[in-house]
Amino acid sequence: MTWAAGYSAAAGNNRTVDRVAICGWDIARQSIRLGAAKNRGMHAMTLAFGAVGSAPFLPDIQEHLAGLDRSPRHDDTQQLTIGDTVLDLVGVTLSFGGVVALADIDLSVRRGEILAIIGPNGAGKSSIINVISGVYRPDRGHIRLSGRSYSQIPTQKLARLGIARTFQNLALFKGLSVLDNVVAGRAHKTRSSFVEQIVGLGRAGKEQADARSRALDALEFLHLSHVGDRLAGTLPYGLQKRVELARALVAEPEILLLDEPMAGMTATEKNEMADFVRAARDRFGTTVVLIEHDIGVVMGLSDRVVVLDYGRKIADGTPDEVQRDQRVIDAYLGVAPENEDGEGI
Amino acid sequence: MAVVAADLPSYRFSVRWAAPLALLLIAYIAVPLLGSNYLFEAILLPFLALSLAGLGLNILTGYAGQVSLGSAAFMAVGAFAAFNFNLRVDGLPLIASIVLAGFAAASIGLVFGLPSLRLKGFYLAVSTLAAQFFVQWALTKFSWFSNESASGVIDAPQLSIAGFVFEGPVGRYYFALTVVAVLTLLAYRLVNSQTGRNFIAVRDNETAARIIGVPVLKTKLLAFAISSFIIGVAGVLWAFAYLRTVEPAGFNLDRSFQILFIVIIGGLASIRGAFFGAALIVVFPLVLSRVGSFLLGDVFNSGVLDMSQRIVLGALIILFLTLEPDGLTALWDRVRKRFGAAIAWS
Ligand SMILES: Nc1ncnc2c1ncn2[C@@H]1O[C@H](COP(=O)(O)OP(=O)(O)O)[C@@H](O)[C@H]1O
Ligand SMILES: [Mg+2]
Repeated sequence: MTWAAGYSAAAGNNRTVDRVAICGWDIARQSIRLGAAKNRGMHAMTLAFGAVGSAPFLPDIQEHLAGLDRSPRHDDTQQLTIGDTVLDLVGVTLSFGGVVALADIDLSVRRGEILAIIGPNGAGKSSIINVISGVYRPDRGHIRLSGRSYSQIPTQKLARLGIARTFQNLALFKGLSVLDNVVAGRAHKTRSSFVEQIVGLGRAGKEQADARSRALDALEFLHLSHVGDRLAGTLPYGLQKRVELARALVAEPEILLLDEPMAGMTATEKNEMADFVRAARDRFGTTVVLIEHDIGVVMGLSDRVVVLDYGRKIADGTPDEVQRDQRVIDAYLGVAPENEDGEGI
Repeated sequence: MAVVAADLPSYRFSVRWAAPLALLLIAYIAVPLLGSNYLFEAILLPFLALSLAGLGLNILTGYAGQVSLGSAAFMAVGAFAAFNFNLRVDGLPLIASIVLAGFAAASIGLVFGLPSLRLKGFYLAVSTLAAQFFVQWALTKFSWFSNESASGVIDAPQLSIAGFVFEGPVGRYYFALTVVAVLTLLAYRLVNSQTGRNFIAVRDNETAARIIGVPVLKTKLLAFAISSFIIGVAGVLWAFAYLRTVEPAGFNLDRSFQILFIVIIGGLASIRGAFFGAALIVVFPLVLSRVGSFLLGDVFNSGVLDMSQRIVLGALIILFLTLEPDGLTALWDRVRKRFGAAIAWS
């Protein structure tokens, strides 16, 4: 079975539900902005999320996890496909000069979940992904990954540790074709030396053929086959974002970090992208950490939401719980729609 | 699995290799039949050596994105190493001396590539100047490299492979052509391999490259080593096949810039680019001097020639950098497309 077939099946199941969820959110957002009928909006949304089947995690589960420290918790998660913790940030603090980007962040990511990180601009969302991928080194705290504790993740080993990521600002290799960009996503699997590659003998040929066929599959999965031969830099923005996702997926990561994969996209493109992300999780069991501004998309897509504000974690729970949280509404949800209309600045 | 590997290159064979094969046929058969000694001595031999040097620098600068101003130093290392291997190791075949000279240049390139692990762009370019000055200094200072010759200028050995001697301009042309053809094929294979993609990945986005598992430091050093190997062999051709003498003075900073210009004018990150650029750099002064003396007569002496050469070349570089950053290669592709369209029309 090809990826594309798997994708269609997975996306087909979810698409209608997703639309409902987003409609639900639209109602909710209007309600918040008007400062009235809040409960009615929330109700619509709650119904929608119930249909998606999100994970009912308790909001205080973080304290619980911090105390238990990687002991198995099957009783907590038994009715879910989501498993144990695969990644923990423990007391991570990061500052740039005087700016505190992350303040004492504790965060656990569970196997198979789609975890969204939301928050206003400059809240520290990208910093979290940069810490997880070793681009930034925290001032304090550490990262636990597959049973080991790191004060900084070794970036050059990231792919072999099973983590792939995309970037908020496009980070494609502009001089390579789309296909070659995705083939490059298999770089961490290369064992052959350049001499073997030049001569084309032994494992080099095998690796090349394998990487190519996987990359072609990934392109098909993300509906990119028709642009495979184009230079990556010449594609429209939305497609480049998708190529980045393909490059990350082809590495077959256990954990996928997506920094605003839908930024700057039209509503249709966003929904498509959300479908792709969900399909990737459903098909490969990939754990997804996702940063996104569009609350509608986030609420429909994620199992759990973490809210950041000024480098602090102010909420952590299911989409339902988070959007009922008064601090979240004050800090973020209530403000964003106003600014969208240019009011209250 | 071997079947898969063997299948890969062959199915696009006909189209992709038609033009290079035709060029090789012309170069091996037609040119020696028709060419004059002047063509070989003044144009084709320097063209081949400089093309190869451009190819080497293009791997480093065009593909891997590491700027270097030390190319002439690596040519010098190649030329002097080949000379000394040939002189001091009894019974060593010339071809072995040349390969060893390539490795010598590669190891020097590796050493001077170390700053690239910390430095980028302009700062890296300046640090590669160190190679340029150091190598020239060492070769002039220690006369052992020149076999204690008083003038520092030494005769190059005869070119021979397996008892066959490549004599005269045509013979040396065949020798150089063969070396260039083989290395070009290998370079082509390299830039289309995973390693070649790694070069471009490091050039285009180092952080992203590191994150997907490209060994960035190793890749940069490899680019320096491979590039210097090729440039070193180009130095051997320059000294042994073209000039027939080995002297440090020919491998100065001017030469380094000349090779950089070849790459810029020809087209960065393109195998053909080095050949286009070298052709222009070699032919252009000859044309300029002919045209100049035809138009201006005696006024156009060597001083004026030299100056006008620099001015026009400088202008060309600026034009290419601003208007056609992909160089003659891109220009050529566009002309060919127009031409193809015109033919299709008629
Ligand atoms: N490389 C950096 N150098 C200096 N300041 C930074 C850097 N990266 C992030 N910051 C600062 O850290 C804070 C959080 O940034 P970021 O994590 O990018 O926020 P978000 O992704 O939530 O918009 C911001 O105030 C930002 O200016
Ligand atoms: Mg950000």
